[in-house]
Amino acid sequence: MTVIKTHKPARRAFLRGSLAGAAVSVGIPFLDKFLNDGGTALASGAPLPLRFGTWFAGLGHTPRRGIRAHDGTDFEFIDECIALEPYRSEYINYFSGFNTPLDGSISAVHYTGWVAGKTGSVPQGFGMIPAPTLDTIIADRIGTRSRFKSLELSSTGRPIDSYSYRGAGNHNAAEVSPVNFYQRLFGPEFRDPADTDFKPDPRVMLRQSVLSAVEDDRQRLERTVGHEDKARLDQYFTSVRELEQQIEVSLSAPPPLEACRKPPAPEEATIGYEVETVNANHDALTKILALALACDQTRVFNMMYTQAASEARVKGTTFTHHILSHEEPPDDVLGYQVQTAWFNERGYQALSRMLSTLSNIREGDGTLLDNMLIFAQTDTSDAKTHSVIGIPSMTIGKAAGRIKTGLHINGNAAPQSRIGLTVMQVMGVPIAEWGTKSLRTSTTVDGMLA
Amino acid sequence: MMLKRRSNPQLNWDLWPKIPVAISAIVLIFSVSACSDPEPVIEGAEPTLRHLTEQQYRNIIADLFGDHIVVAGSFDPIPRQDGLVAIGAGDATISASSFDKYEKLAHAIAEQVLSESNRTLYIPCEPTRINRADAACASAFFEPIGRLLFRRPLEQSELSQAVDLAGAAGDQLESFYEGLAFGLTSLLVSPNFLFIVDDIEEMPSAGVALTEYAKASRLSFFLWNTTPDVELLDAVAAGDLSTQRGLESQIDRMMQSSRLRQGVKAFFADMLHLDDFDHLEKDNLIYPAFDPQATDDARDQLLLTVAHHVLDIDADYRDLFTTRTTFMNGSLGRLYRTPVSEPNLWLPYEFSDGEARAGIQSLAGFIALHSHPGRSSPTIRGKAVRELLLCQTVPDPPPDVDFSLFNEPSAQPMTARERLDIHNSVDSCAGCHRLTDGIGLSLEHFDGAGQFRVTDAGLAIDVSGNLDGIDYANQLGLAEALRNNPALSACLIDQTVAYGLARKPGREARAWTNFLTNQFQENGYRFKHLLRSVAVSENFFAVKAPSPASETNIQVGTRLPRSEGSES
Repeated sequence: MTVIKTHKPARRAFLRGSLAGAAVSVGIPFLDKFLNDGGTALASGAPLPLRFGTWFAGLGHTPRRGIRAHDGTDFEFIDECIALEPYRSEYINYFSGFNTPLDGSISAVHYTGWVAGKTGSVPQGFGMIPAPTLDTIIADRIGTRSRFKSLELSSTGRPIDSYSYRGAGNHNAAEVSPVNFYQRLFGPEFRDPADTDFKPDPRVMLRQSVLSAVEDDRQRLERTVGHEDKARLDQYFTSVRELEQQIEVSLSAPPPLEACRKPPAPEEATIGYEVETVNANHDALTKILALALACDQTRVFNMMYTQAASEARVKGTTFTHHILSHEEPPDDVLGYQVQTAWFNERGYQALSRMLSTLSNIREGDGTLLDNMLIFAQTDTSDAKTHSVIGIPSMTIGKAAGRIKTGLHINGNAAPQSRIGLTVMQVMGVPIAEWGTKSLRTSTTVDGMLA
Repeated sequence: MMLKRRSNPQLNWDLWPKIPVAISAIVLIFSVSACSDPEPVIEGAEPTLRHLTEQQYRNIIADLFGDHIVVAGSFDPIPRQDGLVAIGAGDATISASSFDKYEKLAHAIAEQVLSESNRTLYIPCEPTRINRADAACASAFFEPIGRLLFRRPLEQSELSQAVDLAGAAGDQLESFYEGLAFGLTSLLVSPNFLFIVDDIEEMPSAGVALTEYAKASRLSFFLWNTTPDVELLDAVAAGDLSTQRGLESQIDRMMQSSRLRQGVKAFFADMLHLDDFDHLEKDNLIYPAFDPQATDDARDQLLLTVAHHVLDIDADYRDLFTTRTTFMNGSLGRLYRTPVSEPNLWLPYEFSDGEARAGIQSLAGFIALHSHPGRSSPTIRGKAVRELLLCQTVPDPPPDVDFSLFNEPSAQPMTARERLDIHNSVDSCAGCHRLTDGIGLSLEHFDGAGQFRVTDAGLAIDVSGNLDGIDYANQLGLAEALRNNPALSACLIDQTVAYGLARKPGREARAWTNFLTNQFQENGYRFKHLLRSVAVSENFFAVKAPSPASETNIQVGTRLPRSEGSES
């Protein structure tokens, strides 16, 4: 069994000796020893950071209107997903036919599908998070050397719209405001690699001492609480340590990353479910995220375009994407739900714009997408009927050469947890089996491995 | 397990377990003349850590430092559980991104408090030198502030830690006050502040009990939604809360305080899910009057109405669902399409007979909160009444619905009733829709923004309905049926207890909640009386020893043998 353990940094490291203006050696090694040789390297010889992200849009796409499968693993994007076609062969794998066996549980509509895909377990009902989501497992593996272990973003305007959990009661809420996100990433605490006159700020070092002091509260509290609350306390102190690590990174001279530059500050934006608003926020958040990745501020992110059972809507109309997906009759001539398809298409267009942004940032001999793996998921295969059989998903990016791309992989009713297990292994998580009950698997999707 | 031992020498410990029972019984004899049965004693739950809610955090900062200290920043939401954020707070932890926000917020607050313009308000001394540490003056600052933040006196090690930290930082930065700011920050990010801790102590005979300070915290957050004030903490220090008389004296003082309104509003905001207003969205082409100001005011109107009813006039709780009394201002006047003489003021307002509104379930805020962005929803409204007001569970939608029957937008204009008739023709849907639609359809004279209407898509609206066997012709009939539904007051009692304890009362608490129900009924369904009944009860403070600690790790899968992993 894998047991997640977190690295505990040395306590009270800082207040020893002089601080102000002193050259302090608290740098975090930039070299990630888990990187293979598939990626290109910086001029210094260090490999480029390997990143992981998730992308989510509710309600997926209309069956048979996402891809056209050809012989073997060949395919092309069509109709609602046509915007992804320029990236297909170089960056994308499309998964179909993977199943979500329920083992007698009742499918919680618009919930069971994504929870199973992200945790490898079927929830027992709405609101139940049976296990950590895979992004947190990957973040524990690859996210410990960057300023932020992971960043959660949502273009819906609601912080609760994040599907990143370290467990029940431990939710990683989403940033929804581009202005706040920019301030968090590129505000006063950002260290520009172009700044050659780097000196650690003594006030930042004092922040570390504050956090060290907090650690001393642990013993007293643990005397009082039960074991469940002790676990919650452990999670709190893990959060404290993550901030300490974040501060440590900002105390060291930033690595020379050629693609890193500070983006322009975004303007205040409205938030909401109206499609134009969702798109604007998705794009604004993406632009900041892309440069945060280029500047190695984080190596893990979760981006939500719309939540499961998408509430996206068009101004002046009375029906949301979700309601339309169920109640809109198929067009007599075209044979599909025209308005629902319009919403679906908006999501994949947004994803395409995101890929454009990421692939336009050069890094070494390639782009950000060459050193990244994005796992794109949704909640249903056929939104009209809430089906969780064959929920489509995608991997996007080359993961530093660790995977093949341009493949359509039909699971033939294999559990969808195989994809999650494969993704985690590709990202270096030393895990041989994942999931519970019929979703438990030790089988990877070998066809996508390089 | 190491626990503090009760140190009040004036009590005979052998008698202690019996004292509260005896006193409670005496109190009940005198205060509940019509209730002859003694209050049942239930087993307590394990002590909990409660994550401070955003409003509690804001209230504490305002109470300690004043409204001029700006708490600028966003808080990560605490997921609601069993209908209440208060219960979710008893199960939530603080994620890395959330802690990051708390740390920045703490620094920002500390900088304001220790700023040149504000510091004299809080620091009772002058440092010997402004550019150096001064442990004595720092102690004089941290001791009272820390007591209010941690809701108990700081232990000597905690005080020393804050003073030492402030000293080191003050020397480093050559500023006594900047040093204090770092010390204050350490208190504001401490788990002792961010979590409400149920400190316990061993009882002389057996078992454990909340410390008196923990009791004070439980009371204060229950009644005021903020930290205990100096007087309450002083009462604890004097041993007053260890006697029922002293406890009730403090409760009565707290019930008289203006902070009770803040606490009562917090409870109803939680029970009525008013935090959902933060993300309530209405289509401004369809409902131009429901603008951002009206959104805020619709929320406030609900709380003003509730607070007036249960506090100002101390009326029967059930009448909250038939009352025609509310408050109106300019933005709501536009929404309700009624003239308002003083648009910038909240003025009392009575709905007339012709307006067909009675009860908070007919106010625009409640209606709009349980509607779609661009249209009404009888099902969502009925579900809200069932779940929020009657504490009944409406089952989740089945996964295998045949949606081919529901064609929307339909070719022909249809009323909501006509659309829902189709749902009710499907067996797998009908069961739940029968629970909700008889309620929601009677609210169809209010559109998705809560505005009155008589037609929908040009068609006349039939607002007849039924609730648990009671048929009615319109919303006024629903109001009466709701008012007289026995589940209404039972739900309030369950939610009040759950809110105070941060957990859903289980089967073991049924005897107590039944007792409270009888008391509530015998005292005219007065919410203030209910609050007091809960607060004075020993059941409200009962705890049991925490289960033995064990290693808690998150198991996620099978680790590869070392040689097979990618780790070198």
